[in-house]
This record gives sequence, structure tokens and C-alpha cells, in this order.
Amino acid sequence: MRKTLQLDGLDCAVCAAKVEKAVKQLTGVESASLNFITQILTLEVDPTMLDDVLARVRKVVPQSQHGCTVL
Amino acid sequence: MTRMQKRTLTSIILSSALFVTALFMAEGTLRTTFFAVAYVLVGWDVLWLAGKNIVRGEIFDENFLMSLATIGAIIIGEYPEAVAVMVLYQTGELFQSYALGKSRKSIASLMDIRPDTANVERENLLLTLSPDEVAVGETLVIKPGERVPLDGVVLEGHSVLNTAALTGESLPRDVAPGDDVISGCVNQGGLLRIRVTKRFEDSTIAKILDLVENASAKKARVENFITRFAKVYTPLVCGLALLLFAIPSLITGDARTWGERALSFLVVSCPCALVISVPLSFFGGIGGASKRGILVKGSNYLEQLANVNVVVFDKTGTLTEGAFKVTVIHPQLVSEQELLRLAATVESFSDHPISRSIRAHYHLPVNPGELSNVQEIAGQGISATLGGRTVYAGNETLMNAIGVTVNVCPHLGTIVHVAQDDTYLGHIVIADQIKATSREAIQALKREGVHKTIMLTGDTQPVADYVAGELGLDEAYAQLLPADKVDRVEDLLTQTHQRGNGKLVFVGDGVNDAPVLTRADVGVAMGALGSDAAVEAADVVLMDDDPRKLALGMRIARKTLAIARQNIVFALSVKAVTLLLVAVGLANMWLAVFADVGVSLLAILNATRALNTGD
Repeated sequence: MRKTLQLDGLDCAVCAAKVEKAVKQLTGVESASLNFITQILTLEVDPTMLDDVLARVRKVVPQSQHGCTVL
Repeated sequence: MTRMQKRTLTSIILSSALFVTALFMAEGTLRTTFFAVAYVLVGWDVLWLAGKNIVRGEIFDENFLMSLATIGAIIIGEYPEAVAVMVLYQTGELFQSYALGKSRKSIASLMDIRPDTANVERENLLLTLSPDEVAVGETLVIKPGERVPLDGVVLEGHSVLNTAALTGESLPRDVAPGDDVISGCVNQGGLLRIRVTKRFEDSTIAKILDLVENASAKKARVENFITRFAKVYTPLVCGLALLLFAIPSLITGDARTWGERALSFLVVSCPCALVISVPLSFFGGIGGASKRGILVKGSNYLEQLANVNVVVFDKTGTLTEGAFKVTVIHPQLVSEQELLRLAATVESFSDHPISRSIRAHYHLPVNPGELSNVQEIAGQGISATLGGRTVYAGNETLMNAIGVTVNVCPHLGTIVHVAQDDTYLGHIVIADQIKATSREAIQALKREGVHKTIMLTGDTQPVADYVAGELGLDEAYAQLLPADKVDRVEDLLTQTHQRGNGKLVFVGDGVNDAPVLTRADVGVAMGALGSDAAVEAADVVLMDDDPRKLALGMRIARKTLAIARQNIVFALSVKAVTLLLVAVGLANMWLAVFADVGVSLLAILNATRALNTGD
């Protein structure tokens, strides 16, 4: 299923690519794309593990880019 | 300002104060301590992040480069330099993030057409819900001043809707019970009750927002170039820095001077200015265009739109209204109104498009009760008895059959002759009218540098020639079947591409020209408000049916591309000059970092100009 998350604190396109890459590697995430301008992260998530995936996304986003958070 | 920005600002101010104090102090341990505290205060998060990234195997990260440059400066004893560079870098980053936040906000406000709430009637209660919680078939109440949250059909109430958010033109639309309403419009009149016909995600507004927000996924060539360039730029500059240190210091033996210059190279090695400002320019251009009712589905289309040489139009519905209307009335012996009344009355039982347009033009109600003995003569017209006399309305064949001589009409279109008994009363011409804005649209395209304007139509050659003449089109191809249109566009594409970099645009109303829309370099669908098929098939969607928007779209595309190019040239030149000055020893690390953050900031501000689409 598709899920969109609003991020904050994304200061450059390189950082966006880093976050996108980190999120893509999570289990349960089928695809991820992060729009640097709107700071919207669009995920294609395995619906059976939605909550688990979202929790891990929330953790991995600030880890991969300092100062970047999921709102 | 965000909390993090405020924290950075505080550390910059404190660190600067310590730094300035230390500058006026005598050499000694205290002075060094002041510098050390100032350095750590302003630079600790850069150092920490650099360390963290190294652990994860990510070098060539800007934090790492700044840390390396400043620590190097400390090692060779340039304490003030190290602090100053860190302060300038952090100040630059702060400004950059602030400016970026501002630009984001202005883009967001541009697209602030998302309805937040819907007033739903459930079990006699009026609930305020989020639009995506509303199901098809539910009843919504839209108060004056509110935005229509979901597509629907009016159950009750009369009002005027403002479509400005969708089309860029504040053309009011009157709605009454039974009319469709499109989400995103603003209710400017009375209270409306509507029945929801589409879920939120299928509603017009959601589709438009989705389209604009995801437009940056299809990248322009310039953007891809920047991404590729950014990947090689940082390692390249770092490599150059190493060479700048190694070779001259081996030759001259002066490792200190060349080491200092090499460290200054590192602070210029971030491609930030380009990586941020180029996508921002494109997004600004797409956002600005959407504000004017021009939806561009990707930066790549914006790039192509800037290079259009040939514009191919479909005739019906694009350059013409696509609806039959009475264009000329030539009465004889009777008044125009009387001729029209007779024709409208005689044709009152017919559902033929021609009859409908005559009735629509007459406006007044006809009295079919007066009619008797109505006879439809297939392929010729109608005859009926009206007020004791026989009235005929039809083509020349019908008139010849009853022995009436007609006046030949020079106007193009379908001609309905009217006769009463054996007297010829005149004729009415019904034709598809050229849009009032079409001529201006063609002229505007010529001004934008389009070499050739071409029209394709299934209509007859005389009609095609007439429309082409009126509008000043270069070529017109008539009597084309849909498949012929595809072939014709293929030919034109080959011709255009042989001649150089120019692109071919096809503009249609999106109804049955999907194959041609996809075939052209850029497919533009017009008058797409409420038409899903057109939005699907086209690369660029003009929300209203004004063909002048195409030239405006081209102008926005050109401006956006020009801004992106300015930023690339500007950023690269400043960086090249800085590197050169550093290499020959004319600029120190301060100046290098100042130039580097300065150029990023200016490039972001310049990118913001793409939002402004005013003339």
C-alpha cells in the first residue's frame, strides 16, 4: 500500500538521496521516493507490517540525515 | 526559524564574540584557549557528524571536508583561520536553510489549494471531516467562501464558483441543481448542497496536486547532468587538492604554504549551490505554471517546451469552440428575428445538432403547438404547416425540390435555407466558431520564436483553409482521419528533428487524440477541467481552453531554464575562479568559504525567481 510521510529539516538534494537510499533498504519497504522540495516521502509498504515499517522509518530518517525528522 | 536554526544562530553569535575578543588579545595560552572554545562551540556538530559518517564509511561528505580543512589549519597553527572558516560555513548553512525554507513556503502557498475539511451531513448532523473520510454518495454542504472539497453534483442551491485555483483565471461558473462541481473551486455565492460523485483521491483537486507534486520525479537533462556532475565534482576537487599539496611541496620543499592552499581547496569542494538551486528552479517553474492553470508533468517537459519550433494544433475544440453556433443570418423580406423564429419553430421537434443550435440562438421559447403536418425529409430538411402556410427549412436540394431559387452564401458552414410557401426568406449559417483568443495565441507563439504553426483537421479543405487564413497559420491539412493525424505528426516530427534541436508540440482537446498526444515531443491537452482522459494522456495540461496559455507556458519554461543555466554557470565560474585564486595564493581559506556559501545563497535566491510568472 502507498503511504506518504511529511519530513522536515531536509537541507539539500544530496541529503534527500541519502535518506531515500536508507529507507529503501528497510525490510517491508517495496519502494521509496523522497521529493526534496516538498519533503514528502512516498512509500510503497507491505501492508502486513505497516506499523513496524513506519516505526523503523521514523528511526532511520534522522539516523541517515542529521536534523531530518518525520513529522 | 526552526529550533535547530536558532541553536545554530546562538552558537555562531557566542563563537564570533569569543573569536573577536581573542583577535585583540596578546599571544599566549589564554588566546589559544579562546580560539579553541570558539572553534568547538561553532563546529562541534560538524566534527561529530563527520566522525559518524566516517564510521559508516561515507567520506567526501561536506562535514568531513570542513573538518579536514579546519583541523589541517589548526595543525599548521592557523587558529583564527580555522575558527573563521567554521563560523562562515555555519552562517552560510544557516542562511541557506532559512532561504530554502522560505522558497519552500512560497511554493507550498502556491499549491495551497488542498481543501482541509468537508462538511458532511450524516444522520441529520453536520460533521466536519477530512475530505478523504467522505464516501461517494454522501451529501456535503458548501458554505459561501469555502472550497469544494470533492467532485460532486449539486442537489440544492444556486451559486457562482471561482475556478481560479484550477485554471489561473477567475472566470466565475454558475451552478444550479444537477450541475457538476469540481473540487478546488471556491464557492462565491450561496449555500450549496452537493452529492459526492468521486472519492477524494479520484477528485480533480487530488489528481492535480499529485501531478504537480510528483512532477519533479521526471527530471530534465540539466538536472541529471547536475546529479552526475555532483558525484564526480567532490572527489575531483579533493584529488586536485592532494596534487596541489604533493607536487609543488616536493619541488619547492615548502609543505606549509601548499598545504594551506590545498586545505582551502577542500572548502570549495561541495556542489551544494548546484545540487539545491537547479531542482529548486525547475520546481519553482512547475509551481508557477500550475498557478496559471498550466500543469506540467515533469521538468523534462518544461525543458522541451523551452525549445519548441513547430506547433501542431487540432482544429475542433482547440482553435475553434467545438460547438455549432449560428454565425450568420441573411434574411430576405423578413426580419432576422422572424427568420430565426420560423426556423426554430419548424425545427422544434428535431434533435439534430443543427436544429439545437438554431433553437439555442433564438433564445425565446417557441410554440410548437402552432405546428402541424411536420415532415422530416431525410438529408434535406423539414417542412411544416405554421399559421396556415407551409414553411420549409433545409439545404439547397430541398429548396430546388420546391422550386425556390436560393441565394448563394459565401460563408462557410452548414447553411439552412428557409422558404414560406414558394417565397424564399433567406438563410442561416451554422458553423463551428474560431475561439476569440486563437489568433492572438498564434501571434504570441510566433513572437516566442515558433517557426511553424500547423493545423490538422478532419474537416473539409475549404473550412481548413478558411480557419488557417483567419488565424495566420502556416499550414493546414484537411480531411484527416484519426490514424492520418498520427501519420502526419510522425512525418512532421521527422522533419523537425532533422532540422535540429527544435521540438514539436501537439495541442489537442484530449478527447480522441491520445495517440497523437503521446507521439509528439510534448503533448498538450486543453480545456481539461474535469476530463480525466486528457490529463492522463498529455504531458502538459492547460486547465482552461484558452490557446494563449501555450505561449505563456513556453515563456515560463524558457525563464526557468534560463535561471537554471544562470545558476550553473554562475556557481561553476565562482568556484573555478576561487580555486584558481587559492592555487596561486591570492585567496585564503576565509575567502574560499565566503565565496562558496555566498554562491549557494545567491543561487537559491535566483531559483526563487522561477516562481514568479508575471509578465
